[in-house]
Amino acid sequence: MTSTADKATTQAVETVSLTIDGAEVTVPKGTLIIRAAEQVGIDIPRFCDHPLLKPAGACRQCLVDVAAPDREGNVRPFPKPQASCTMTVMDGMIVNTQHSSDTAAKAQEGVMELLLINHPLDCPVCDKGGECPLQNQAMSNGRTESRFIDVKRVFEKPLSLSSQILLDRERCILCQRCTRFSKEIAGDAFIDLQNRGAMQQIGTFNEDVLEFDGYEPIGVAAEDESGRAFSSYYSGNTIQICPVGALTSASYRFRSRPFDLVSSPGISEHDSSGAAIRTDHRRGKILRRLADNDPVVNEEWITDKDRFAFSWQNLNDRITRPLVRGEDGELHESSWPDALAAAAKGLRAAITGDEAQGAAVLPGGRVTLEDAYAYQKFARTVLGTNDVDIRTRTASDEEQDFLGSSVAAKGMGVTFADLEKAPAVLLAGFEPEDEGGIVFLRLHKSTGKQQVFSIAPFLTRGAEKLNATLLPTAPGGEGKALAAVKGSTDAAEALKEDGAIIVVGERLAGSPGAFTQALALAKRTGAKLAWIPRRAGERGALEAGALPGLLPGARAVTEASARTAVAQAWGVDSLPEAAGRGAAQIIADAEAGKVDALIVGGVTPSDLTGDLQAAIERTPFVLSLEVRRSEAAEAADVVLPVAPPSEKSGTFVNWEGRLRGFATALKTDAMSDHRVLDILARELGVHLGTGTVAEVSQQLGSLGAAAAKERPAAPKVDAPKVDAKPGAELILAAWHQLVDEGALQDGEPYLAGTGRTSVARLSRKTADAVGIQDGLVTVSTEFGSLELPVAITDMIDGVVWVPAKSPGSWVAQELGVEPGARVTVKGGI
Amino acid sequence: MTDSDDVWKVNRERDGENQKFVSNFPEPGPVGKVFAPVAGFGVTIRNFFKPTVTEQYPEKRDTAMPRYHGRHQLNRYEDGLEKCIGCELCAWACPADAIYVEADSNTPDAQYSPGERYGRVYQINYLRCIFCGLCIEACPTRALTMTNDFELAGPTREGLIYEKQDLLAPLSEGQLDAPHPMVPGTTDDDYYKGDVTQVVDEQVAWVRENRPEEPTLPENRKAETARG
Ligand code: SF4
Ligand code: SF4
Ligand code: SF4
Ligand code: FES
Repeated sequence: MTSTADKATTQAVETVSLTIDGAEVTVPKGTLIIRAAEQVGIDIPRFCDHPLLKPAGACRQCLVDVAAPDREGNVRPFPKPQASCTMTVMDGMIVNTQHSSDTAAKAQEGVMELLLINHPLDCPVCDKGGECPLQNQAMSNGRTESRFIDVKRVFEKPLSLSSQILLDRERCILCQRCTRFSKEIAGDAFIDLQNRGAMQQIGTFNEDVLEFDGYEPIGVAAEDESGRAFSSYYSGNTIQICPVGALTSASYRFRSRPFDLVSSPGISEHDSSGAAIRTDHRRGKILRRLADNDPVVNEEWITDKDRFAFSWQNLNDRITRPLVRGEDGELHESSWPDALAAAAKGLRAAITGDEAQGAAVLPGGRVTLEDAYAYQKFARTVLGTNDVDIRTRTASDEEQDFLGSSVAAKGMGVTFADLEKAPAVLLAGFEPEDEGGIVFLRLHKSTGKQQVFSIAPFLTRGAEKLNATLLPTAPGGEGKALAAVKGSTDAAEALKEDGAIIVVGERLAGSPGAFTQALALAKRTGAKLAWIPRRAGERGALEAGALPGLLPGARAVTEASARTAVAQAWGVDSLPEAAGRGAAQIIADAEAGKVDALIVGGVTPSDLTGDLQAAIERTPFVLSLEVRRSEAAEAADVVLPVAPPSEKSGTFVNWEGRLRGFATALKTDAMSDHRVLDILARELGVHLGTGTVAEVSQQLGSLGAAAAKERPAAPKVDAPKVDAKPGAELILAAWHQLVDEGALQDGEPYLAGTGRTSVARLSRKTADAVGIQDGLVTVSTEFGSLELPVAITDMIDGVVWVPAKSPGSWVAQELGVEPGARVTVKGGI
Repeated sequence: MTDSDDVWKVNRERDGENQKFVSNFPEPGPVGKVFAPVAGFGVTIRNFFKPTVTEQYPEKRDTAMPRYHGRHQLNRYEDGLEKCIGCELCAWACPADAIYVEADSNTPDAQYSPGERYGRVYQINYLRCIFCGLCIEACPTRALTMTNDFELAGPTREGLIYEKQDLLAPLSEGQLDAPHPMVPGTTDDDYYKGDVTQVVDEQVAWVRENRPEEPTLPENRKAETARG
């Protein structure tokens, strides 16, 4: 199998010349007339045509007059106008659009008149009004007067396809953009055309028929004539591409008009893909977010989380002024100078004197590259410690060595385009739909042309849509599973093909030996390796050195020359030598009273197995840099407010290693973490030099990447054998679903309703062994338990899967263990 | 097609002619020439002999002409529901950017206008409004009209930003203040067509149950009148 893209580059592009409205145009063979016209600036009205969807010819609005040479070469006109969005160009073709042909203009007017026959006079109450292609094209290409005097067909409105997506069937012009998107791009064929004639309408599929069992949305969704709810992680895109106001979102319904809105480009803070978004705001309030067009990253699509989860930053618990704990033990608003002085005092006490046990820093996963850089520089120069770790999640030293040796400061490695072109992809510890969003869409584009293998306990719906082959593996056993990809196994053979890719997720950190084996496998097969973390800040923090054993540019803390180089660049005498503690260790030590001060960024205690809340309470001084009055902030001694991503500028580094810089969307006086740390350092008498984004980029630029010998060595850890057997003790598997109860999705009930219901998944055999038929199961550890409905799944025996932070299933908080641990499973009461 | 040089030539000639000023009025005669310097006082002198029109405002207040463009009003349907659907077309039409609207969804518990959508926030800034009436023309529901009220002056800027409650039409006898449900069995279309002509018992009952203090309820109105 050779990849199609290779073929395209090796062959010279064949071109075709034609005339459109008297203008000569030469385009590659196979181009559609409507695209060719765009190239010479001729606009043909259209509804169903979309450059990223396959041609459909559903709306007929793009009719043009075409004449083409026949077999003898005589140019002969087609008897009737043709749809320019489905017809490809021919040499010598003559196309006359509505600009130069009365027939075309009349045909378009006719189509428009037909489209408007049953279209309601809804513009004043329609969310699309003001940015509606139907309004615009009815003005530019429609008749001035309507001849229709009869009664229009009406439908009940709106129909909730999901708690978020609402459908006004009256307004639909049946262009099928939404259904084509759902099928072709997202692979979620939840909606389709139903009925015929005037009653033809978009409706939802019957999921029982399509075996979507176990993936029902949480929220209520009205049922239409035949179907049920629309449960897709990408459903919001249908709203954006619907050329009329038929599809609207519950959260934006009736909120504003486009002329009220100021649009600012930005980058999504929700995952490591770095999707380009557009933030629309009015009077300092964000009203909606849309996908921006970035062909190399997210094309024109974003996930529903990127689109709808933005209200978290403007909830009532937003912090706008610093808070300082007073004598009375309560947090009080205070001025910046007072708060900074209090913070400086607390930190100074923790690091000076013989008794001092030092301070540690836990930035959250939402940090930008600049913030991460400031946090680690603050830790290393002001606090004199390497105890700084962004990995407030499952993490290991092996992972750190893997990242330092093979990922950080390597520039752009595997890209989205590489993923799309790859003949084979092996996914280990990574669910593209749940943990990657856009990554899934890229892989899905190549379904059928690409072999996908998934090292996981079972095939998720996302993996199934990719036609993935399961290499059944219990959590913890990924190392052995990767090692087993060798010789003449299908996966090993496939990975040997040119351009094959191994994708490893951050979850592999919980699986000893997995990264070691992934490196070995890459070496063995020649496949490229890509690390795709979940949170947006991960790769940036890695580049910036916000890990206990890594300095900026992937320099190992333990290398003296690396330390000297960085110390010189920073103008300090030396850097702390002792390797720092990881996030989990910091929390455990703090809980044991072995840390004197903690700086906590946006970390949610309920996401961690360690008891951060107890650690905060035990630690004498805690400084929190927060957007909201989170649990952690409430327990801190000083809270300094920082800006959420839409109110600051900075850079996210996506998993590819691509710098995704973004400017401030909303101008407020909230400051970025890096600026706050800069001011705080000044209070402590240190010039941190991280006041602006430009300063940080300049420093990062001059630091550059580590020399090969300054990097940590590649990890060498043995992979244990994991024995998963059905029984009362099962191995716990868990990961975050895309839409769940993460802190950045707070305050958006409509989105939450589209999340998937929490279930505990067991194989038939495992369920039988524990004696579970259906109903509820209890998953418990010494620490606590979860009670969830059981879903019997085709999966590896001896493993129970639960969502990591979905409603009723907060694994870290309730079970207190990480995936891979042994848990007890019982039938419910 | 005209050669461009020709165009320029024609223009130049026309410009040349325009240099000379020619009055449209006939040349005045000899008497006219004598009185020319004081002719301008003609109007003044004539008005000495006419009745005065000075208005004794504000002691005596006259009404403006019926179609005078005065302060706006947000109208109601016969049953008291608001006509405004928060479509923002008035705001869009306004050349002075004087109108600000935010819409919201009607809910069964709070139905302000017939249909799904109503104007939650409605502001007109009378420091900006130029009384052109384009908003009135834009309004699809006839919610917005202009009254004869011209007394729009005040000591503060904020005071001249009129809010929705300042602009809503007063409730006449028989109208019930929103929110309350639509007349059972009707749609927003029936309202637009003018088929809803009065409050019905169900609506009164709903308000009585949910807002017994509502001053526009018949019994409360009566009590108010009795009190004087
Ligand atoms: S879809 Fe467009 S034309 Fe139709 S009611 Fe909405 S704004 Fe008007
Ligand atoms: S709902 Fe919108 S996108 Fe879907 S078919 Fe109708 S008009 Fe097209
Ligand atoms: S007053 Fe009229 S035009 Fe203005 S928002 Fe209300 S309904 Fe629309
Ligand atoms: S755009 Fe060509 S048929 Fe719809």
